[in-house]
Amino acid sequence: MHRPLDWKDIGQLTDIPVQGARRVEHPAGRIAVFRTIDDQIFALRDECPHKKGPLSEGIVHGHAVTCPLHNWVIDLATGAATGPDEGCTGHIPVRVEGDRVLLGLVG
Amino acid sequence: MTTNHSSPPDGAHKPRLVVIGNGMAGIRAVEELLDRAPGLYDISVFGAEPRVNYNRIMLSPLLSGEKTFDQIVINDRDWYTANDVTLHAGDAVEMIDRQRQVVITKSGLECPYDRLLIATGSMPIVIPIPGARLPGVVTFRDVDDVDTMLAASAKGGHAVVIGGGLLGLEAAVGLKARGMDVTVLHLAGHLMERQLDASAGHLLAKELERRGLTVLTGADTAAILGDSHVTGVALKDGTELPADLVVMAVGIRPDTRLATSAGLEVGRGILVDDHMVTSDPAIMAVGECVQHRGSCYGLVQPLFEMAKVLADHLAGRKGVGYAGSVTSTKLKVTGVDVFSAGDFSGGPGTEDIVFRDAGRGIYKRIVLEEGRIKGAVLYGDTGDGGWYFQLLRAGEDVSPLRDTLIFGQGFAPSEGGAANPTAAVAALPDTAEICGCNGVCKGTIVKAIQEKGLTTLDAVKACTKASASCGSCTGLVEGLLAHTLGGDYQAAGVKPMCKCTDHDHDSVRRLIRVQGLKSIPDVMQALEWKTPDGCHSCRPALNYYLLASWPGEYVDHAASRFVNERVHANIQKDGTYSVVPRMWGGLTNASELRAIADVVEKFDIPTVKVTGGQRIDLLGVKKDDLPAVWADLNAAGMVSGHAYGKSLRTVKTCVGSDWCRFGTQKSLEVGVNLERMTWGSWTPHKFKMAVSGCPRNCAEATIKDFGVIATDGGFDLLVGGNGGIKLRGTDLLAKVTTEEEVQEYCAAFMQLYREEAHYLERTAPWIERVGLDFVKARVVDDAENRRALHERFLASQRHAQVDPWAERAPGTAAARDFRTLATVE
Ligand code: SRM
Ligand SMILES: Cc1cc2nc3c(=O)[nH]c(=O)nc-3n(C[C@H](O)[C@H](O)[C@H](O)COP(=O)(O)OP(=O)(O)OC[C@H]3O[C@@H](n4cnc5c(N)ncnc54)[C@H](O)[C@@H]3O)c2cc1C
Ligand code: SF4
Ligand code: FES
Repeated sequence: MHRPLDWKDIGQLTDIPVQGARRVEHPAGRIAVFRTIDDQIFALRDECPHKKGPLSEGIVHGHAVTCPLHNWVIDLATGAATGPDEGCTGHIPVRVEGDRVLLGLVG
Repeated sequence: MTTNHSSPPDGAHKPRLVVIGNGMAGIRAVEELLDRAPGLYDISVFGAEPRVNYNRIMLSPLLSGEKTFDQIVINDRDWYTANDVTLHAGDAVEMIDRQRQVVITKSGLECPYDRLLIATGSMPIVIPIPGARLPGVVTFRDVDDVDTMLAASAKGGHAVVIGGGLLGLEAAVGLKARGMDVTVLHLAGHLMERQLDASAGHLLAKELERRGLTVLTGADTAAILGDSHVTGVALKDGTELPADLVVMAVGIRPDTRLATSAGLEVGRGILVDDHMVTSDPAIMAVGECVQHRGSCYGLVQPLFEMAKVLADHLAGRKGVGYAGSVTSTKLKVTGVDVFSAGDFSGGPGTEDIVFRDAGRGIYKRIVLEEGRIKGAVLYGDTGDGGWYFQLLRAGEDVSPLRDTLIFGQGFAPSEGGAANPTAAVAALPDTAEICGCNGVCKGTIVKAIQEKGLTTLDAVKACTKASASCGSCTGLVEGLLAHTLGGDYQAAGVKPMCKCTDHDHDSVRRLIRVQGLKSIPDVMQALEWKTPDGCHSCRPALNYYLLASWPGEYVDHAASRFVNERVHANIQKDGTYSVVPRMWGGLTNASELRAIADVVEKFDIPTVKVTGGQRIDLLGVKKDDLPAVWADLNAAGMVSGHAYGKSLRTVKTCVGSDWCRFGTQKSLEVGVNLERMTWGSWTPHKFKMAVSGCPRNCAEATIKDFGVIATDGGFDLLVGGNGGIKLRGTDLLAKVTTEEEVQEYCAAFMQLYREEAHYLERTAPWIERVGLDFVKARVVDDAENRRALHERFLASQRHAQVDPWAERAPGTAAARDFRTLATVE
């Protein structure tokens, strides 16, 4: 069954550094919330599909993040590994309203 | 009371069309209607502004003085008379009575309608901060606003424009032209972020600064200051700016007030269908006040498209309806060419084509998806904007044009012909200047290639001087070689830093220095980077090269550092961190050990280990705890050990002559002093040292980047050792006699390495590459050069020896980023 998303306010846009990320704790696992150079916000499970590296600590470039542990490059919009690597981490819907950032979590 | 509308003499009354809003969309709709069906309706227009219809987008040139009001009028009084349109200027409609089909105005007038058109445009957003309503705070929407700004600017002084979007920047440039000191405050990281990507936004900011404006990005306004009139603006970071005028240009909101109180369906804007009809079939809406298929627009082109559809509908023609618009934007600042269209945010499945021409200040980026143009950003040369926009709107497959697309329409292959990238250079006239530094034209280069039989870039450099200075025209010269020699030309084997550039490490380092490039966006533009914001491989390298070239000037770019250097701790496999306090020369004492023990208990740190570098590692610290752990270590006098950095690591020592029966020199003291001089320095890769008190070498100095072995007569200085993956013993650099010499040689060697090596190249492979003689010639044989290197090292250390832990003490802005942002259930 399709459950409606529960939109949770997690903070202000400017709380997240440009080309950087912050972490959000969630019972189902940590979430990484990224802000790209063009001020777009993305959220992924904070676990690299390779060996669970914390993606929130990677270098953000374009709409991708490079995992800090072994340099896999993960697409921020889909959570999928790019290039030769294969794997995917879950991505979480995000909405920006004014200067607030909301995550769409399954209620 | 009713209006003086004349009914047709025969009593058969013409349908009455009432238009609310004498602005761009409303009047355009009337014009389109008159075109299709003149005289079909009895038309009345109500305008809140006490004037005829004018071109709102020309308010910017009106402000700057490039136009007068008369020049921006679209329809003068005669037009209204000639077309039998009754204008009620300066009388706003206050209510729509749908039951009786009348509108009621501010002056009390009641006007009946058969068809009603709402075209009320939008309202400027005023951010609800203290002081937002003070006299001296204006928005930028109509002629009255321009008049207020002109009155203020006549007195000179400071203007602060909040909002670095299209409107804010046009206001800022206008006020500057009127003689004010102008500062633009922009919340996002770069200007016009909805229309431009970061690279173009950066170029724009630089250009505006060159024109004397001050641009502050990432600036969050906290309050507008003043009692009876604005006197200043305060930012959330504590900055206060003086201001005699504040322009708020932070965005617009569709003006839906009338529609809402009349009970029409309203979302963000007034909801309309594809024929611009609202939820009441007698009422239509057009312009910025509407929401169509989920979108609200803030530019004229969509409004004009809506006006056509609406006129079809009013004229009783069955048109296809409105399907929404793809928009493009241009900034109207004379001499600044900016264009953007579509969605240029990139993302999965998209591909970027980036072209930068540093010499002419051009940046172009086209975003492709499945062979079609999805978005475009052009800076400096917007001539092809219309062409890209047309391809974008048509959704045309541009794969056949792919190779030359970025050069513009002029280089597109002709029907059936194949694209040819060298055509771009081929098409340049002989008089086109290729090398700006040395003023060499295309003709000169081609002639030299042909007549002197040149075949390589170096030969062209030597013969014509083209590309011999800054090197930024190298690509063009290579293109000319390829074009002139055809298949005979083989590009020289440079190994690019990464896929984002054609330059290798050496040329990037050199160009940063000769061109005085001082930020990552500057480098990317000047050296014609091929991606919008680099990658995890080039960005850390650029950050280091800039830092090493411009100590004290370059501001570190944290987002371009690897995680360990960003958070000043080593990341562990489970996402926790290790903390290693500096232990000078491996020496410690009771109070340091006690503080370490306390920290371990207080923060429940699972593992404490003595490292291979003679100090204590605290492993498994949670990121949220890092600033507090550091604060406690700082309190006991300890600073970061940089165990995580491409930087000076440890200086290992043995006990030496202080205690050891074989010791010949005070190795402990020499080691501690070396560490005091060099700590905090950033290097291409990690840098390790050791000082042994005698040739038994208990500190393992022969596998360090810089090793010292004390002898009876002085010190052997050793360089280029490496104990890691590929074992390499050191080379003897020199034998010296005093500790001062040890220090000077060490600093000079380190500085040479800092200035010459490629990023992520340790001293061992670097020396293998450049040769020991290269190093000796500069550090040993040339005493003057050694002193100069030593001097430069110390100069850069003045900016480097700041404890990164103290800078991120709990409560500081920097400490914020370590905290979990939120916890949700
Ligand atoms: C902690 C320590 C091991 C220990 O428990 O003793 C250590 C731990 C790590 N070393 Fe090391 N190295 C440690 C001494 C050494 C030494 C011995 C020394 O410094 O005298 C060497 C050989 C000497 C040398 O560097 O030439 C050493 C050669 C390496 C290398 C190989 C470097 C090379 O050029 O080949 C790496 C990999 C790298 O840097 O890319 C490495 C990388 C690492 C990293 C940073 C791996 C990583 O990227 O996460 C480990 C970090 C663990 C952590 O969080 O603390 N470590 N590592 C030692 C810390 C010393 C200190 O106080 O700062
Ligand atoms: C300074 C400036 C520069 C711009 N530059 C560009 C540009 O370069 N390119 C571009 O495409 N767009 C530009 N725009 C945007 C463009 O001007 C608007 O998109 C366009 O004017 C919107 O047309 P509209 O008819 O919907 O609204 P408006 O032109 O604002 O017309 C609405 C009119 O309705 C009146 N009104 C509102 N309520 C009532 C009421 N109750 N009773 C009677 N009258 C009422 C208002 O007074 C106003 O005159 C610019 C805008 C500004 C302010
Ligand atoms: S030797 Fe390998 S496993 Fe041990 S600390 Fe160094 S890098 Fe890690
Ligand atoms: S855990 Fe991310 S690359 Fe290995």
